[in-house]
Amino acid sequence: MISLVYAVIFILLAPVIGGLLSGIDRKVTAHMQGRVGPSIFQPFYDVGKLFEKDPAEVNGTQRFYVISYFVFAVFTGALFFAGGDLLLVVFALTLAEVFLVLGAYAAYSPYSHVGAERELLQVMAYEPIMILSAVGIYMVTGSFAVSDILAYPMLLVILLPGLFLGFLYALTIKLRKSPFDISTSHHAHQEIVKGVTTEFSGPNLGFIEVTHWYELVFLLGFTYLFFAANWIVGIIAVIIVFLLELFIDNTNARVKWQLAVKSTWAITLLVAIVNLAVLACVVVV
Amino acid sequence: MKNTHSSFRVDVSVQYLLFLILFPLLVALFMPVVRRDTERGWIVKLSALAIGIVTVLALVTLYDKGTVYLGGFDVAPVNLLLFGLEMAMAALLLWYAVKYRHYLALALVAVQTALIIWFEATCSSAADVAYPLFSDSFSLIMALIIGIIGSLICVYSLGYMRHFYEHHPEIPDRTGTFFLIIFVFISAMFGLVFSNSLVWVYFFWEVTTLCSFLLIGYTKTDEAIRNSFTALWMNVLGGVAFIIALIWLAAVPGGMLSLDQVLASGKALILIPAALIGFAGLTKAAQMPFSSWLVGAMVAPTPVSALLHSSTMVKAGVYILVRLAPVYAFTATGLALSMVGAITFLVASGIAISQTNAKRVLAYSTIANLGLVVACAGIGTYEAIWAAILLIIFHAIAKSLLFLSVGTVEHRIRSRDIEDMNGLITRTPKLAAMMVIGIAGMFLAPFGMLISKWAAIQAFINAPFGFVLVIILAFGSALTVFFWAKWMGKLLVVTPDKENIEGAVDKNEWIALVSLAGLTTVTCFIFPIISKILIEPFLLANYGNIARLSQDNILIMMMMLFLIVVLPLSILLPHRKHRQLPPYMGGVVTAPDMHFENALGAKTPLSLGNYYLGGWFGETKLRTAGIYVCGVFIAVMFVTALAGGIVL
Amino acid sequence: MAYLQKSPWLIHYDASSCNGCDIEILACLTPMYDVERFGIINTGNPKHADIFVVTGSVNERNKYVIKNIYDQMPDPKVVVAVGVCATSGGVFRECYNVSGGVDMIIPVDVYVPGCAARPESIIDGIVKALGILEEKRTAAVMGVTREQPAPAAPAEKPAGGA
Repeated sequence: MISLVYAVIFILLAPVIGGLLSGIDRKVTAHMQGRVGPSIFQPFYDVGKLFEKDPAEVNGTQRFYVISYFVFAVFTGALFFAGGDLLLVVFALTLAEVFLVLGAYAAYSPYSHVGAERELLQVMAYEPIMILSAVGIYMVTGSFAVSDILAYPMLLVILLPGLFLGFLYALTIKLRKSPFDISTSHHAHQEIVKGVTTEFSGPNLGFIEVTHWYELVFLLGFTYLFFAANWIVGIIAVIIVFLLELFIDNTNARVKWQLAVKSTWAITLLVAIVNLAVLACVVVV
Repeated sequence: MKNTHSSFRVDVSVQYLLFLILFPLLVALFMPVVRRDTERGWIVKLSALAIGIVTVLALVTLYDKGTVYLGGFDVAPVNLLLFGLEMAMAALLLWYAVKYRHYLALALVAVQTALIIWFEATCSSAADVAYPLFSDSFSLIMALIIGIIGSLICVYSLGYMRHFYEHHPEIPDRTGTFFLIIFVFISAMFGLVFSNSLVWVYFFWEVTTLCSFLLIGYTKTDEAIRNSFTALWMNVLGGVAFIIALIWLAAVPGGMLSLDQVLASGKALILIPAALIGFAGLTKAAQMPFSSWLVGAMVAPTPVSALLHSSTMVKAGVYILVRLAPVYAFTATGLALSMVGAITFLVASGIAISQTNAKRVLAYSTIANLGLVVACAGIGTYEAIWAAILLIIFHAIAKSLLFLSVGTVEHRIRSRDIEDMNGLITRTPKLAAMMVIGIAGMFLAPFGMLISKWAAIQAFINAPFGFVLVIILAFGSALTVFFWAKWMGKLLVVTPDKENIEGAVDKNEWIALVSLAGLTTVTCFIFPIISKILIEPFLLANYGNIARLSQDNILIMMMMLFLIVVLPLSILLPHRKHRQLPPYMGGVVTAPDMHFENALGAKTPLSLGNYYLGGWFGETKLRTAGIYVCGVFIAVMFVTALAGGIVL
Repeated sequence: MAYLQKSPWLIHYDASSCNGCDIEILACLTPMYDVERFGIINTGNPKHADIFVVTGSVNERNKYVIKNIYDQMPDPKVVVAVGVCATSGGVFRECYNVSGGVDMIIPVDVYVPGCAARPESIIDGIVKALGILEEKRTAAVMGVTREQPAPAAPAEKPAGGA
């Protein structure tokens, strides 16, 4: 059952929660590095500033790509929180990512171009595990609908430990955390200048930032699905996962894209085959 | 599930079938006679229009009549005529094989001919099927594809062939022959999808093999001749399997040479001929290990690639597999067949990443998507067939659009290389837009191919051992995102300094391109209707169960479609002119055409190339792997069929 | 809301510096001085930056680069010339390959003298630049064109502290 109310709540609250989480991210990172760090409201100041800047652009199509990226990422999250079809949610997120990539390509800039290629490599790396996580969840709960999955009485992570680990691995990529922040990353990490987001500035960049917050909330929601049966366990698990991602971010150096893609695929293949095979036997028996 | 014989009277609706099979044949005979372009143009356009209209009429009158059989006349003389024509075709092929000294093709054609003669001599009585022609929803869907897309491609060919000969004055103008073969082919395709008699299916099958052979070798260059013979021997190998299957079926007590008999019989009885016909389908659909003929066929003129080698002829291969799907369901044979399709999907998608030639990318993508259909057919449940038919429809439309766009763009920029298509959105805006729609239609939500993949995932999960197929599908799907998105990105680079070279694209080519682009979008909007009136009745009749997207999901897809159609319009909205910044090149000053001064002060152009990952997805390496693995699964398919079919 | 002052992103360019000032600038990012607590991020991308921090002096090659980077920054923006070389050419002013300070090419808003400038001075200079940035923003919002200091003329008294 699709619940419009939750979708609206998501659309309104996610930027706030996502921004706060980003701020907490920077604060915790700073403390891990022995610094004081910015206020936890810093991301809001950042986005506010970006919208105050002059809207300059490289070509007339950038705004369209950014708005499309934004619209479809919000759509994905809204669909997810409204209780919609998990597989469609995964595909909708891919659609949003592709718009960002196309915007980067359109700019005809070398850094942007390499960033776009790497972003596509990232998508290629994590797409299988995202689909297979949804499939695994279906095999246990019998439904792709998030509303049904939330109602399932048993902790999914017990039956899907492999897929959950694979999902965590992919989460590092999706959240653009080291060691997998190969196409662009937050804070001041650079390699190919800013990768995908190099040629975006001002309000366009602001929209991209806000979209990242929406994505963050959605991804944490996806993580919550694995622990949905008990909401206390779920919240604690999400917090632990979030802090774990920060920890991984701060203790690892960026890897080459070859390693990122190969390792993700290898792990996906391993956990998917084992986990799904076991599930198939259990379901049959 | 038993098919219900609803009616066999020769009424108006059934005459449409005969028109569709015979009319293109008539037009074909006119083609070599007409010399001048204008007259030929009129004939082709009017014929295409007629075929299109009659196809729609057939749809409208027949869609709600279930399965309709045509027969009640003496089939034996027709069978004799077909036999005679087969001998004539064999003679032609043997002559070509001798002329070009291709001994493998010669041997295979000889073997096939011998088997056909043997069949005619010993089994002809069993071939006297009561109702040799029929029509049901699936036939109508295929007929729509052939009738509408085929007609549009014919119209497109008028413009294309004119350009083709302008650019290649060294090749003698044989446009008349070209259209002759094309119309014969269209006739044969209609015959194939409306035939109930398997002997007739086989005849039309062989006609398509011949047409493909002649059209691939059309330009008569060495490469074309070589590739046409590759296509020939692989397809004839399938043909040999097909005729052996027919001989087997004839030997069954009572004879079982019609589709309705085959589908109504007990499975174990016909698993071996089903495996043999499956093998034939695999060769025609260019599944591994028989993929190289389709890739090689790209030397043919683009309308050929669009018509034969993406929308129709190769669909005939999967068509017969989908027809036989109830036989494959829940057997090890079917699962082995699915694995062939799935592995082909994975490997072909991988190879597509490393290809820079646009037509090769399209060829491998076609092979991959056909692999998905094969995988669904091997599973054979109602959900899988729903996915398979959706895949067939959406792929035919989007792929033909892509081929035709690439053909037109090739004439404009004189290259098929994706790297030369940089910034096409500024150089040829409308053509690039068509290509972008086609590419989006191939892999993006909420377009058709994605709906079909989604349906396929759901079908696989519920099948025995389906999780293996799902894993393969997940990986393959990720690979397709990569190569489509990077091509799309290349097209959408904005290079404002480049001039618009779109110029005067031939009006005929525009008609086809715009229609197909429109179709791609419209079918996504109306696919629930298509599903309801055409696919679901077919599923109900053959499987007793229907699959469909839930109401909620349909609503959401419509929302997404609406957004995707509306959002690009925002580019056209007037807005404050923003300050324009140059791209960042590390502070180096760039000219508007992105030339810059390098460290030694020399003027250097900027060139941005896509990643092709040849080291990972190289054609030779992957293809070898695919050939071996699929070869093994084909062997498993036959072994399990011989073992009486292991039920899963 | 004065978001611009709370989230200044800077791009740092070494024109022909000996790296002395650059090391001091990067020292500001270390836990010892930690300018990130002011929301300052060193983005290497002019399109994302508000403050252009330049060290080193101008010569015939990098004058184009300095102009290019400056032009690619969206408004409102400020320029901080760190170190005496960026201010006026410093001790290398008379050399044949040195043209002079950064203000020969682009308008500079804050000069931070020193050789090398200390992190405290640099931070002080950046904070001063933030004030100027906010002035520019309000001026742009009000539609008033602020008087842009002409190049090669000192815009402000050099920042205190040595």
